[in-house]
Amino acid sequence: MLPLEKLEKIAQPLRGRLERLGSTVTSHVWRLGFASRFLFYMVMHSGTALRRFRLTIAEVYFAGVLSLIIILVSGLFVGMVLALQGYETLQRFGASESLGVLVALSLVRELGPVVAGLLFASRAGSAITAEIGLMKATEQLSAMEMMAVDPVARVVAPRFWGGVISMPLLAALFSAMGIFGGYLVGVQLIGVDAGAFWSQMQAAVDLRNDIMNGVIKSAVFGVAVTWIAVFEGYDAPPTAEGVSRATTRTVVTSSLAILALDFVLTALMFTGGNAQ
Amino acid sequence: MNRSAIDLWVGVFVVAGIAALLFLALKVGNLATFSSGQSYQVFAKFANIGGLKARAPIKSAGVVVGRVASIRFDNESYEAIVEMNLDAGYQFPRDTTAKILTSGILGEQYVGLEAGGDGVMLKSGDRLRLTQSAVVLENLISQFLFSKASEAKESSREPAKDPAKDPAK
Repeated sequence: MLPLEKLEKIAQPLRGRLERLGSTVTSHVWRLGFASRFLFYMVMHSGTALRRFRLTIAEVYFAGVLSLIIILVSGLFVGMVLALQGYETLQRFGASESLGVLVALSLVRELGPVVAGLLFASRAGSAITAEIGLMKATEQLSAMEMMAVDPVARVVAPRFWGGVISMPLLAALFSAMGIFGGYLVGVQLIGVDAGAFWSQMQAAVDLRNDIMNGVIKSAVFGVAVTWIAVFEGYDAPPTAEGVSRATTRTVVTSSLAILALDFVLTALMFTGGNAQ
Repeated sequence: MNRSAIDLWVGVFVVAGIAALLFLALKVGNLATFSSGQSYQVFAKFANIGGLKARAPIKSAGVVVGRVASIRFDNESYEAIVEMNLDAGYQFPRDTTAKILTSGILGEQYVGLEAGGDGVMLKSGDRLRLTQSAVVLENLISQFLFSKASEAKESSREPAKDPAKDPAK
């Protein structure tokens, strides 16, 4: 009896912690399950978003067109920095002509989809969450339900598809702008030979292995970011604090999701036959 | 902002995005030089392929005429079998020589084809008989060191003769 009592004494403070741990894990798994069901429901009820395509186009405007400036400017600067840093390293090995390869491959494969995805998450994802969360807090979503309008089909699905359409285009624009920035710094400023810059780039960048994989990556990130954004907005507690927390969570979760997914996708795409 | 203005901007955005994709495909990637047309397969055995990789270019007279499809190891002859996809637009005689060459000093390796004089052309599934392996840098260096060492041995054997032989000294 005595050892058991002793054990209980030791276990008593641990119990509360264990319970909290268990409930945290359970609630996360519960949310994940709800999010998956939500995604499925949303995709199944996308008919309105596709039939009344103007709803989706308006969301492409908010998620894509309004993110253009930040994407283009960041792409330009990322490309220029890549060219400066890459030149410093490459010229040590007398390989400064490979600057185009370095800039293009790092942008098309990694930086384009990832940085554009991170910017998209903080620029458009947070706005989507805040908008849907606020609509929920001000009971606009409930009002729609009262009028027999499905808020998921009318409000959520167009935002989802708008984001999914915008993201690959934004990533492509980011990469193209970055390569232009690399050209500006590498060829115009530093004086790398323009012919070598472009021809080595063309010889090294493969359409299917590099560009298509980059596009696939950005499409995956687009789905992940907008899914997280619309779900966090829909699931937000209908208070001012709840909406603000949901917005923060959107940015944090989708940034982590982008980086984790990027590792998985890179491992799948670029460690196969190409890298031998 | 009314609807039509939004439509215009979305249109501009989509056009710009597709233009960026086209720019990546045409100017950055190798779509322009990438021939999706017909090709035929030939094989070649090499004693050593060095750093040759799948998708490496196959060049003849400096022009890319195909790509390496796959590289296997032959268990019987202990040689590498390189499968090459050649563009159907380029025909080569049956006694063509395949060499593994390097572009530049530290550049990537590629397969160089030198046409022979046979009247019969290669067809799909043929094997190139005449091959030359990649140059392995370590072998070159060891050969160089060996020849240096034997030179040094010879000169140390006859030390008195050398200055007398040289008219300048």
